[in-house]
Amino acid sequence: MAEATIPILEMKNVGKTYSQNGRSIEALRGANLSVKKGEFICLIGASGCGKSTLLRMAAGFEAATHGDNLMWGVPITGPGPSRGMVFQDYGLFPWLNVRDNIGFGPKSRGRTKAETRETVDHFIDLVGLQRFADVHPHQLSGGMKQRVAIARVLANDAEVVLMDEPFGALDAMTRERLQDELVEIWSRTGLTVLFVTHAIEEAIFLADRVVVMSPGPGRIDNEYSIDLQRPRDISSPEFNEWRRMLSSQLHSHHARKAG
Amino acid sequence: MTTLASDTEDETASAPETSWATTWWPRLRPLLLAVTFPAALLAIWHFSTVGRPGSLIPPPYDVWLELQDLAVGGINDDAYSRTLHIHLLASISRVYGGFALALIVALPLGMLIGRVPLVRQVVDPTLQILRPVPVTAWLPLAMIMFGLGPRSAFFLVFLGAFYPILVNTIFGVRSVEPRLFEAAAMLGCSGSAQFFRVVLPAALPSIFTGMRLGLGFAWVVIVVGEMTGVQTGLGAIIMEARQLSRTEIVISGMIVIGTVGFLSDQLVMLIGRRLLAWSPSHG
Repeated sequence: MAEATIPILEMKNVGKTYSQNGRSIEALRGANLSVKKGEFICLIGASGCGKSTLLRMAAGFEAATHGDNLMWGVPITGPGPSRGMVFQDYGLFPWLNVRDNIGFGPKSRGRTKAETRETVDHFIDLVGLQRFADVHPHQLSGGMKQRVAIARVLANDAEVVLMDEPFGALDAMTRERLQDELVEIWSRTGLTVLFVTHAIEEAIFLADRVVVMSPGPGRIDNEYSIDLQRPRDISSPEFNEWRRMLSSQLHSHHARKAG
Repeated sequence: MTTLASDTEDETASAPETSWATTWWPRLRPLLLAVTFPAALLAIWHFSTVGRPGSLIPPPYDVWLELQDLAVGGINDDAYSRTLHIHLLASISRVYGGFALALIVALPLGMLIGRVPLVRQVVDPTLQILRPVPVTAWLPLAMIMFGLGPRSAFFLVFLGAFYPILVNTIFGVRSVEPRLFEAAAMLGCSGSAQFFRVVLPAALPSIFTGMRLGLGFAWVVIVVGEMTGVQTGLGAIIMEARQLSRTEIVISGMIVIGTVGFLSDQLVMLIGRRLLAWSPSHG
């Protein structure tokens, strides 16, 4: 009953001000966002719009200077296994092989060897890395590293997956395949995903809801529910309509910023 | 998956042809190149010393005979015949003993300086001022503090190995990518558990570099260390032979130190390659 009414993540009038060399920089102002369990949300906007700050506050890496960050109605005080993060630069432990990277979370949380092994095997299968289980990260391609990073978060029973431009450093082919796989995993597992991107097409392809942000100071401008059927066809007229709409939204910020 | 995997498979596919030139030449070439330079040096040494009674430097062949005499005897039959193993063992035990002591002190100290600001503020300035002082400058003080004999030698070797290990350990534990702390924290590993599961493994390549340099320095300072009046050791016979103008013994000692130091470095490298297979710069 509680799950039906209380959002899994809720940000109420959240702001963040950094001080740098005696000057204060307002990274985010008055952000309100409510995420229901199982939703796929994309945060999109130009650089400096505070989308990564928002994500890092949801992770608990940074504290808000104003407002409340809540998970299931409880304030977020620091990073924790319920909110797994997938970084653009992977953040894998280079001294651990694929298996042990994925098993890092379960081991940290005191799972037995047998339990960890079972979990790891399951998620290695899920991301299709069976043949690379004993390989170290430096021997993997970018796409494979990001699969490990995703599996690592899932193996740790994360309820919310926070993704900070996870496919930004990958080539177009790999990116498309990982987008497909992510949607596939998400629809099978009922995860909640908060996904930061600056690619309009990626946001429309992935999200239930696209949150458009703008810089100077960073803030949330608008939210759009993407009502397209899944799997989505990026060449359909409806998809193009969304692309045109969001593109003009984002470009109006640029124009405003320049002028 | 198949396309991602294909680039690794291409590399393992080797050419089927196995003629003499393709299999042996690539292995022989680096060996030949490595031997050319010392062979040339040896030739210069030989032709500039052989047949000159006034030469203060003995020709290579005399050194070779002396090396044999030191090792197995039967040539000069003097006080130095068949003593190499005694000196070698004495030096090895001091080098590894001093190195081990340096390791025991420098590793924990380096980790504390690197991770605990209070320790860094208290200890680091002093250590940084003492660092540029060469080991040789410590010799008189070491002889006063530890007396003439093996304890001074031990101390100087310790000192030689200490700083490379310390400096590289500090560097290693301080330069852990911040991202890895975030990754560990969001996976449920926080606080002091991060030290053993993130800091230590991440610092291992640097620590290893420090150990390798430290052991190298230990071999470098062994001659100085054994100038403190010890009876045995490669450094001791070099100094003694110098006073007796037995230059062939001096050169023999140098060759033995070079060879043993090289082998000891190879051993460390071998261990490192197994331990750090995950690191692109070591594996």
